[in-house]
Amino acid sequence: MQKQEFTITVYTENHIGLLNRIAIIFSRRKINIESMNTSPSEVPGIHRFTIVINETEEVVKKLVRQVEKQVEVLKAYYNNNEEIIWQELALYKVPTEIIAEEVKVERLLRQHGAKAVVIRKDYTVFEVAGQREETDKLIKVLEPYGLIEFVRSARVAIIKASRGFHEKLKEFEALKPGSGLVKNEYLNKQEEVFSM
Amino acid sequence: METLTIKKEKATAKEDTAKQVSGSVAVLEAFLAEGVEVIFGYPGGAIMPIYDALYDYNEKLKHILVRHEQGAIHAAQGFARASGKTGVVFATSGPGATNLVTGLADAMIDSTPVVCITGQVFAHLLGTDAFQETDVINITTPVTKWNYQVTDATEIPEVLAKAFYIAGSGRPGPVLIDITKNAQLQLFGYAGYKKCEYIRSYRPKPNVRKEYVEQAAKLINEAERPFVIFGQGVILGKAEDEFKAFIEKAGLPAAWTIMGMSAIPTDHPLAVGMLGMHGNYGPNVLTNECDVLIAVGMRFDDRVTGRLDKYAKQAKVIHLDIDPSEIDKNVKSTVPVWGDCKETLPMLTELVQKKEHKAWLQRFYEYQEKENLKVIQDELNPKGEVMTMGEVIKALNELTKGEAIVVTDVGQHQMVACRYAQFQRSKSNVTSGGLGTMGFALPAAIGAAFGDSSRTTVAIIGDGGFQMTLQELGTIMQFKPDVKIIILNNQFLGMVRQWQQLFHEKRYSFVDITSPDFVQVAKGFGIPGKSISKREDLVASLSGLLNSKGSYLLEIMVGKENNVFPMVPQGRGVAEIILSKDEL
Ligand SMILES: Cc1ncc(C[n+]2csc(CCOP(=O)(O)OP(=O)(O)O)c2C)c(N)n1
Repeated sequence: MQKQEFTITVYTENHIGLLNRIAIIFSRRKINIESMNTSPSEVPGIHRFTIVINETEEVVKKLVRQVEKQVEVLKAYYNNNEEIIWQELALYKVPTEIIAEEVKVERLLRQHGAKAVVIRKDYTVFEVAGQREETDKLIKVLEPYGLIEFVRSARVAIIKASRGFHEKLKEFEALKPGSGLVKNEYLNKQEEVFSM
Repeated sequence: METLTIKKEKATAKEDTAKQVSGSVAVLEAFLAEGVEVIFGYPGGAIMPIYDALYDYNEKLKHILVRHEQGAIHAAQGFARASGKTGVVFATSGPGATNLVTGLADAMIDSTPVVCITGQVFAHLLGTDAFQETDVINITTPVTKWNYQVTDATEIPEVLAKAFYIAGSGRPGPVLIDITKNAQLQLFGYAGYKKCEYIRSYRPKPNVRKEYVEQAAKLINEAERPFVIFGQGVILGKAEDEFKAFIEKAGLPAAWTIMGMSAIPTDHPLAVGMLGMHGNYGPNVLTNECDVLIAVGMRFDDRVTGRLDKYAKQAKVIHLDIDPSEIDKNVKSTVPVWGDCKETLPMLTELVQKKEHKAWLQRFYEYQEKENLKVIQDELNPKGEVMTMGEVIKALNELTKGEAIVVTDVGQHQMVACRYAQFQRSKSNVTSGGLGTMGFALPAAIGAAFGDSSRTTVAIIGDGGFQMTLQELGTIMQFKPDVKIIILNNQFLGMVRQWQQLFHEKRYSFVDITSPDFVQVAKGFGIPGKSISKREDLVASLSGLLNSKGSYLLEIMVGKENNVFPMVPQGRGVAEIILSKDEL
C-alpha cells in the first residue's frame, strides 16, 4: 500500500487535555502530523479535530481506532483527498509601495484570488483560501517583491459523503446500556469491517 | 445526559439543602459507595487534607501505608488481579505522583483496573513551578485509560463516579484523578454520590453482531485442526465458565498467554499449555499447523507471536475481543467477533457442533512428550546436585494443590513458575506480563493477599527483582498481610545472563549481582526466614513456609547458569522454537 494524504476527522467532547491525548497517539508511533486544526463542529458543545497525515491506509485505519478508543472521543473518520472538500488559509504581508508601483503585482495577486485584508502605508496583508499548491504558488510569485511575512493555517475539511454529526450523536445518546442496539456500525458492512 | 463535561452548577445549586462537606470527605464517600475496602497509599503535603479526612474513616476504610508509591500501585494491581475488583491508590503531588508512573504503565498494558488519586498544589499555583508541582496529567496521559484534574470540589462526586466506571468497564485500565489542594479543602453542598453507568462518548462494550458469530461457528464446525488461544480477556470478562463450556462442547485444544493463565485449570484435558517465547513446544509449533485459530481476549503480543510474517499464515483467524483497536492490529482476522466474551462465547457455544478432535489433540500430546524428554524431565527431576527452579515449583504444586495465588516477578523464575505452576482456580497467576516490571512481585503479593485472603499468596521472586522493592517488607511488618515469599537465587540477573550467553557470546556484562543476606534482611523487618541450598531440605522448608503463621521468607539457592527452554529466539517464527541451546 502506498502512502498518501489522509484527513482524519474526530468528533470529541470539549475537554482540556484531549489535544495532548490525541497528539501522542501519532507522536508515539513517530508519525508526523502535517496539520492539525481544532474547531467547534455543527453540533453545539462538540469539538472537531481535523488532522492531516501522510500514511498508508492500513496505518491510518489503526490510528483511527486508537483515536476512537479514547474515552472522550465520540467518533473518528478518515478520508482521502478525493472524498473531502478542503481548504487552507494563507496570509501574505507585502510592502505597499511595491504594489502601488508595480501594476504587474496587483494583476498577479488578482490572478491568484488574493484579497486584501489590511492596507497600510507600509504594508498590505493579503489572504488566499485554497489548497496547498495554490497558496504555495503565490509565495513564489511574491518573493521577488519583498514578501515580508507568510503564514498558512491548518487544513479544514468537509467530508463530501457526510450527513453531519447530529444524527450520529442521537445514536450515541440512544446507546444507553441495556437498550439493545440493533445496529453495530462497525460490523454493518462486510468488506469494510472496522473501517471507520 | 451524561457527558464528560463535568457540571459544576449541579452540586452548587443544592447548596442550601445539602450538607456541607469538604472535597476530601467527598472522595472518601465515593470510595465507600464504590465498595472500596483497602487503599494503598503514602501521604504528603499536597494530599494532607484527604489524609486528615481519612483519620475519621479509619473504621470503614483500611489504609495500607506502603514504603514507596510504586509499591502502592503494584499492590493495588495485585489486589485487582486477585479479587477482580478495582484497586485504589493515594499519593501526593510531585515525586509521589511520578513514583506511580511505572505501575500505571504496567496496569495500562495489562488492562488492570486501578483508580489513583494524587494530590496537587493549590489551583492558583498551577504552572508556577510551585513546591512539589509536576504536570501529572500530562506525564500520565500515555499510561492511563483516562485522567482528569479536579480544581473545584463540586466536581468530585461525578469525577470519581466516572473514574470507577471507566477503570472497571470495557477493557479495564488505570485512571488517575489529580486533585488540587484547594479542592480537597473546599466545602460544598454535597448532594450524595451517584454511580456512573453511562458516558456518551465512551462505549465500553459493543453490541454483538450475530452474523459474525455465525460465521465464526461455521469456520469452527468445518475445521479439522481448530486451536484456541486465550488471554486475560477471559478472566477480566469473568467468562471462565462460558469459555470452558465453549471449548468442551467443540472439543477445542486451548493454550493460554501468560496473562490468560489460570482461567481454566491447568490440568484440564483440553489445556495444552502456555504460548509464547518460553511457552510450551506443542502450542507454539502447532499454531502454524492449525486450520482455524480462535483467539479469545488476547492481543497477539510479540512475545506470543514471534515473527509476525511467520505466524499462523495458513490459518483462518477468528478474533474475539472487546477492544476494536485490537482487531487486525497485529494479526489480520478472517472473522472478527467484537464484543464482551461473556456474551459472545455462549452465542458461539450454542452454534458449534459437539465434537472431539482426538487425532489433533494427540499431536499436542506428542509434542508435549518431546518437550518432556528434552526439557521438562531434567528441569523437574534434575540429576545434578544443585537445585533447579523447576523442581521448586513442582514441590510447591504438590503442597498447594494448585489452590494458591502465585505472584511472580520478572525474569527466569517468572518463566519457570508460569511454565510449571499448576492452577485450579482463576485469578491465581499474578505477574507483570506486558511491561515486565522487575520489582512488581513483592508489592503485588501484598495487594493480592488483601484482595483474597481466603487463599494462600505465594510470591516467587528473583534475587535481582527482590532488591528493587524490598522496602515493602516494611509494609508486611506493619500491616501483616500473609505473604509467603520465595526467592529463587541464582546469583545472577538470570534472564539477561541467559541472553548474554546465547546471543552475546557469553560476555557477561553486569549481570553478576551481589545480594545481602536476605534472611537477615527479613529478620530486620520482623519476618522469619530461612535459606536452603540442599535438595533434602526443599519439601520440609516449603511446607514450613506455607504453614508458617503469617509471612515468611524462604531463599532457595538454585543453579547459577541454568537456562529457560524452550525458547522462540527473537526474530524467529513460533514454529522455530528451540528446545536447547544446541539448536541455536
Ligand atoms: C525494572 C526493570 N529493569 C530491568 C529489566 C530487565 N530484566 C529483565 S529480566 C532481568 C533479570 C532479572 O533477574 P532476577 O530478578 O535475579 O531474576 P532471574 O531472571 O534471575 O530469575 C532484567 C534485568 C526489567 N524487566 N525490569
